[in-house]
Amino acid sequence: MTSSTSASANPPLPAGRTIRLGLSRIGYETKAYFRQGDSVFFTFLFPILMLSVFAVAFSTADKIGTNPDGGGGISWAAFYLPGMLAAGMLLSGVQNLGIDIAGEKGDGTLKRLGGSPLPVFSYFMGKMGMVLASAIGQAILLLLVARFLFDVSLPTEPEKWMTFAWVFLFGVVTSCVLGIALSALPRSGKSATAVVIPIVLLLQFISGVYLNFSQLPGWLQNVASIFPLKWMAQGMRSVFLPESFAAAEPSGAWDLGLVAAVMGLWLVIGLVLCRFTFRWIRKDS
Amino acid sequence: MTDSDPAVIVRELRKSYGGFTAVDGISFEIQRGETFALLGPNGAGKSTTIEILEGYRDRSSGEATVLGTDPERGGLAWKARLGIVLQNTGEAGNVTVREQLSHFARFYPNPRPVDEIIAAVGLEAKETTLIRKLSGGQRRRVDVALGLIGRPELLFLDEPTTGFDPEARRSFWELIRGLKDDGTTILLTTHYLDEAAQLGDRAGVIAAGRLIDIGRIDEIGGAEARVPIVRWRTGGTLHEERTHEPATLVARLVSESGGEPDSIEIVRPSLEDVYLRLVGDAAAAATADLAAEAAR
Repeated sequence: MTSSTSASANPPLPAGRTIRLGLSRIGYETKAYFRQGDSVFFTFLFPILMLSVFAVAFSTADKIGTNPDGGGGISWAAFYLPGMLAAGMLLSGVQNLGIDIAGEKGDGTLKRLGGSPLPVFSYFMGKMGMVLASAIGQAILLLLVARFLFDVSLPTEPEKWMTFAWVFLFGVVTSCVLGIALSALPRSGKSATAVVIPIVLLLQFISGVYLNFSQLPGWLQNVASIFPLKWMAQGMRSVFLPESFAAAEPSGAWDLGLVAAVMGLWLVIGLVLCRFTFRWIRKDS
Repeated sequence: MTDSDPAVIVRELRKSYGGFTAVDGISFEIQRGETFALLGPNGAGKSTTIEILEGYRDRSSGEATVLGTDPERGGLAWKARLGIVLQNTGEAGNVTVREQLSHFARFYPNPRPVDEIIAAVGLEAKETTLIRKLSGGQRRRVDVALGLIGRPELLFLDEPTTGFDPEARRSFWELIRGLKDDGTTILLTTHYLDEAAQLGDRAGVIAAGRLIDIGRIDEIGGAEARVPIVRWRTGGTLHEERTHEPATLVARLVSESGGEPDSIEIVRPSLEDVYLRLVGDAAAAATADLAAEAAR
């Protein structure tokens, strides 16, 4: 942690402080996040709002995925739930951190932290913990709204919930890392929203969040398959949609192994980008 | 390194951005426990110099040693010994004064008690207020508090009292004097020359990236710059004379005019007067250089 040349002059800092400070950052960041009204609205409540809009708009429409005899099928609220959960994972990580960290770069927060003995890793821990806390809260709220407001029946099998847990955690962590990497892109805190929002909005449209993925043209499905959101949404569909819906996926199956592989790949790409692009300040601006 | 080594050593420090040279070969030292004021007009290179020493910017050439460490390679343990009050801050401030200070206190191995710091900057009444709801001067006091919380050996103060009312400035000076008594080394930049005179032991004056003078506060500009000025009026005309013997001059004026001279005053140039002259001379010299270059 200290350079060898200054080891004699600078007394070493206690071991374990990186983790201890990271935990302290989680509390600090989470508190500050929920006091910021606009991000709570646009990131935290947005998927819940969108689910409500779709559920209400299609409330009189026919069920989706009915059997040839007219039985079975699910409501539109049930159909949209997995997409909204996936969107929430993406927004909490990529949109939230992409804008938040670019803003902190612009307003001097990072400069102050960079002049203090806070380890970069503790800072990242704080951001990820904050995102995880808000994403979990968001998912619980989404599930409650779906279950009790729109009468969506939730899975009861424990293995479905295990799938939910790993897809969710893996997806949120990947989103966080990509958000941190993306925060290097905007040239100023003010332009961050303009840079980040179109990217996540476009991804949501092509990845099966708002539009039925199986009805998109094949080439667009292929483009979307490069990005992680499509796989997050697919993972969530495997949890919340009936088994019969797997046939509508491009390969005719949920492909959970691929879901994990693509998210893992993006996690690694994100980590590498963070390693090379994150700086407390641009030294020569 | 030992405690008698200077806290800061700067030799032939240079920083250029593209074709523009912001700092052009500056050298100085700051002894332990000393308060050194860096003075100069906007854009003279003060902040660039201080940010190189804080580790925020890399120098183009020259040497810099801060608490025995090259700031370009300063690690966390080195940063834990510094206190930095930056010139501009504009954070979102969604935490209270107390939350912010308690949080930052954890970063340091031996922080000052949060209560003590809040009292020292006079924010007791505001400790549970969100920082974004504070006035500009109050936020500045939080900045100062954050600079002090880690009990720094070396404190950087970049225009610390901007936005303070006169009373807050006085109490800030008291606070800094207390730190000086505790042995804290301080590097201060300020636009308020009275502040530099109140707090500084020595000062350096920077203009256009060069150090044009350095010395004890009461010796800056040389003895000649501090020669008293006698001013008086005769029949509406203002007279001014610089003299080492002002009382003799006044006595002569009294005997010549046979009474009290009109609007008489004896003025000893303040640090501000001396400074303005130094900087003005440097600007005139720079302009002359440019003109000579253009003529060539």
